[in-house]
Amino acid sequence: MRRDVFQAIADPTRRAIIALIALQALTPNALAEHFDISRQAVSKHLKILTECDLVKQESRGREIYYQLEMKKMKEVDQWLEQFRRLWEKRFEQLDELLLTMNKRKK
Amino acid sequence: MKTNLQFDFLVDKDKNTLTIRREFMAYRQLVWDCYTKSELLNQWFAPKPFTTRTKSMDFREGGHWHYAMIDPQGTAYWGYTSYVRIKPIDYYATWDMFSNEAGEVNHELPRGEWIVRFMDKGSHTLVESVITYPSLHDLETVINMGMEQGMKTTLEKLDELLQTLK
Repeated sequence: MRRDVFQAIADPTRRAIIALIALQALTPNALAEHFDISRQAVSKHLKILTECDLVKQESRGREIYYQLEMKKMKEVDQWLEQFRRLWEKRFEQLDELLLTMNKRKK
Repeated sequence: MKTNLQFDFLVDKDKNTLTIRREFMAYRQLVWDCYTKSELLNQWFAPKPFTTRTKSMDFREGGHWHYAMIDPQGTAYWGYTSYVRIKPIDYYATWDMFSNEAGEVNHELPRGEWIVRFMDKGSHTLVESVITYPSLHDLETVINMGMEQGMKTTLEKLDELLQTLK
């Protein structure tokens, strides 16, 4: 199923998970210790993040570690950056217009 | 043009809100005019290489702005803004929608609620736009559409324009 990346990072718990695994890869149990929610709930959040390719799993022995997919996180940033630039351009055009209007008045 | 004017661009994914603040080197009345008069909006609203064309505008509560952003190939992207509240020169609130040339609103595309506030900042003006969408998915759709337009926009085109205006 197609997951919405924005939806994925909208949830505060999922954002906290991202922040934690950005520092180091963690197992679901280690992650659950940081939250007042069940291990099952943590797994559910991890599943959503995995479906969005925001995190990836890595097996080490019997344990599964989750780590951040930096490439995907950067994509999210770049995507917003494009939109920001669009507004920047629009405002620069307004700057120019205001400048010519101010000149005309003088 | 590079300046040190304040520019905040904040996305709140919990509230489906985009907050954009920008400082302008002009008095409030002039900035207000640029946002609320079609002949002035036509000169800046669409990011280059797009151009803005107003089909009709009736700036009053219950009125509207029906406009198109036109790409260099001549394709028009129609927008329809409904004015809900207007308090010159402090703020106005609108519904921002996608439409067609006839002014019929496209209900399949997201409708954004805009509140645009104008504040004095010394001899400058600070404009704050708070744009709220019904859902995160709507916000994502609008950002994606905006990004597509942004991709077509080249900085060289903007530089060209700035040169001619000097």
